[in-house]
Amino acid sequence: MKFRGLLLANLFRKKLRLLLTMGSFFVALFLFGFLAVIRTSFGGGADQITSANRLVVINRVSIIQPLPLSYRERILRIPGVKLVTFDNWFGGYYQDEKNQFAQFAIDVENQRKVFPELQVPEDQWSNFVRDRQGAVVGAATAKRFGWKVGDHVPIKGVIFPGVWDFNIDGIYHGRPNRDDETQFWFHWDYLEERVREAYKGQVGWYTVLISNPDDAARICKVIDTEFANSPYETHSDAEAVFFANWVKQFGNVQFLIVTIGGVVFFTLLLVTGNTMAIAVRERTGELAVLKAIGYSDRFVMLFVLGESLVIAVVGGSLGLGAAKLLTTFWNPVPSVLQIFYLRPEAMITGLVVTLAVGAASGLLPAFGAMRLRVVDALRRV
Amino acid sequence: MPIPVVYNLRSVRQRWASAVVAVLGITGTVGVFIAMMALAKGFKATLVSSGSAGNALVMRNGSTSELGGSVSLDQVRVLEDAPGVARGSSGPLVSPEVVVIAPFPLRSTGTDANVQVRGVSAKALDVRNNIKIIKGTFFHPGLAELIVGNNASNTYSGLNLGDSIKFGGGTWRIVGVFDANSSAFDSEVWCDAHVLNQIYHRPENVFQSVTVHLTSPDALQQLKDAVTADPRMTVDITSEVAYYDKQSQTLSTVIKVLGGLVAFIMGIGAIFGALNTMYSAVAERAREIATMRALGFGSGSVVFSFLIEALLISFAGGLLGCLSALPLNGLTTGSMNFQTFSYLAFAFKVTPDLLLAGIFFALAMGAIGGLFPAIRAARQPVATALRSL
Repeated sequence: MKFRGLLLANLFRKKLRLLLTMGSFFVALFLFGFLAVIRTSFGGGADQITSANRLVVINRVSIIQPLPLSYRERILRIPGVKLVTFDNWFGGYYQDEKNQFAQFAIDVENQRKVFPELQVPEDQWSNFVRDRQGAVVGAATAKRFGWKVGDHVPIKGVIFPGVWDFNIDGIYHGRPNRDDETQFWFHWDYLEERVREAYKGQVGWYTVLISNPDDAARICKVIDTEFANSPYETHSDAEAVFFANWVKQFGNVQFLIVTIGGVVFFTLLLVTGNTMAIAVRERTGELAVLKAIGYSDRFVMLFVLGESLVIAVVGGSLGLGAAKLLTTFWNPVPSVLQIFYLRPEAMITGLVVTLAVGAASGLLPAFGAMRLRVVDALRRV
Repeated sequence: MPIPVVYNLRSVRQRWASAVVAVLGITGTVGVFIAMMALAKGFKATLVSSGSAGNALVMRNGSTSELGGSVSLDQVRVLEDAPGVARGSSGPLVSPEVVVIAPFPLRSTGTDANVQVRGVSAKALDVRNNIKIIKGTFFHPGLAELIVGNNASNTYSGLNLGDSIKFGGGTWRIVGVFDANSSAFDSEVWCDAHVLNQIYHRPENVFQSVTVHLTSPDALQQLKDAVTADPRMTVDITSEVAYYDKQSQTLSTVIKVLGGLVAFIMGIGAIFGALNTMYSAVAERAREIATMRALGFGSGSVVFSFLIEALLISFAGGLLGCLSALPLNGLTTGSMNFQTFSYLAFAFKVTPDLLLAGIFFALAMGAIGGLFPAIRAARQPVATALRSL
């Protein structure tokens, strides 16, 4: 491209201003990336981590009330149900109360069949199956506490009091940038043998794998009818619905963060647009010269637009890249923000927004440049 | 000799468009900063005001929240006779309690949120003397009757005085509404602990926590010592204030950390905006500055003058930011509390010290954004600047 030299010369005419304008884009898009991550943490894009094939069955009274283990066989008998697994919420912490994370007592037999996306190496899993006090932990939690396979970790129980010793037998990984890698799994049997008589034979919730996602609503109804009028009535939902309802309880906080951040994002862009306009206005004379020596109106317009697009794209992609890098290696509140990823989709949206704003902020000055009457512009000092 | 401030005021008026943009950048940043901190403050204030210094909370040792506790009736009897426990006309002021959560539909979205349902003893209002019945009556012990908090009644549909509702396998009648001074109890629903245990198929005479009204706040240690010495008591005693303060930790930390980070990133952006504005001001006025220098103003006065200008702009931005955050004060919102899995209504709390912090934040941005352009202005060689167009 033969005008590259001119474009570059114009870009670098005021290096400091270039730096500041690119810097504004950098900051704006960095903020965008960061807010997108927070939105994901508070349940945005729940459809990505859930499966349409799974249902969640909880006690109708509330999620903290248990269900009897005997329901498992009865759910399995319902046509369309492929597999059933169950979990108990353990509710403990490691060393200090601040170190909270989700521990589940799992049904070892079916866990991997119902949640195939959470993968454990075969040898680690077979060790875990044999080890009564074994545990499998998500990669993020393992990293957070520096646990390795073979470590012994004591977990202090809150709901089930006492100190519980576990051996880390395996580490599971989810799909990159998607799944929750903070869970801690251990044998349901281990929990069962240590709880008091009154709490035996109870599970926290069931996860049901069905053959056909289109049957979800029907099967939910069948399950709830099956247990209606029993002492333990159930409430079933597709996994995505369950998850969405759960995070909706944080709704207001998420809404606040996102809207407030959004407003400011645009303020920053306003600042950038203004700077671009100043930069073009300063060069009115030069643009007039370009036109005087024969370049078309369209060329001058595209030229100005090109400059603002370059600034926007360079600054914006650097900002998104920095946000990605930061959030990959650092999570400010790991106990609460389990899913802390900047998703590729969000990055693409960010780039599109950058392009749009770059174009919008360049457009007005570019039109001015196009409409410029050479005689007037040259006469102006 | 200092350059008069009028000069700065006039020059801001001259370049009002770019000044307005810089002001807006700072306004947005300060507004968001104050809003986020007010949110965290409001949440914390709601929980902390739930605790009263005259009360102690007794839970099984190791429990971090009421949901995980269990205290037997025998242990409650021991507490009733323990030293430091206040006595009223109805005997020792001790309320053994059970907490469950139940889903009710939010008025705002129609979706369910978890409400804390607290089973209390008949003496609950004597133990927590900051809570008053404002409509209807207290529940009758032994009957499936509810009294609901003021906020709960406003937040959820179907929690009005006189309504009958079903949850936990029982049908309940709402006989009263209580006001708890916008503490966390305002988001709760109360009933008789024994009835709750029955309906929820929980073991009878096992409670999750016991709230004790002390003879005085200082009596806490006395009670603690007595109970620790008793081998039958496997419990922890904390002051109610400390308990609720801890409960508010997680969410208020999340809001503060995230809000602080967002404000910090925005602050950098706003500084860039201010820098751009001030640099272009310096560039446009190169000749003016050179003229002043030629007239005898020192380079120190030039730096000072430009700094003043930047601070004026940022002060205006900070003021506007405060004004825009002010209407949030008292606005009620809600969120799930991580420690209890239940939904809690709370209001933004914009306090004078937050506003002050906002102004300081703005001035800091202005100082950083103005200093470098001011130094550049002072360094320009007088002769060249005068000669240039």
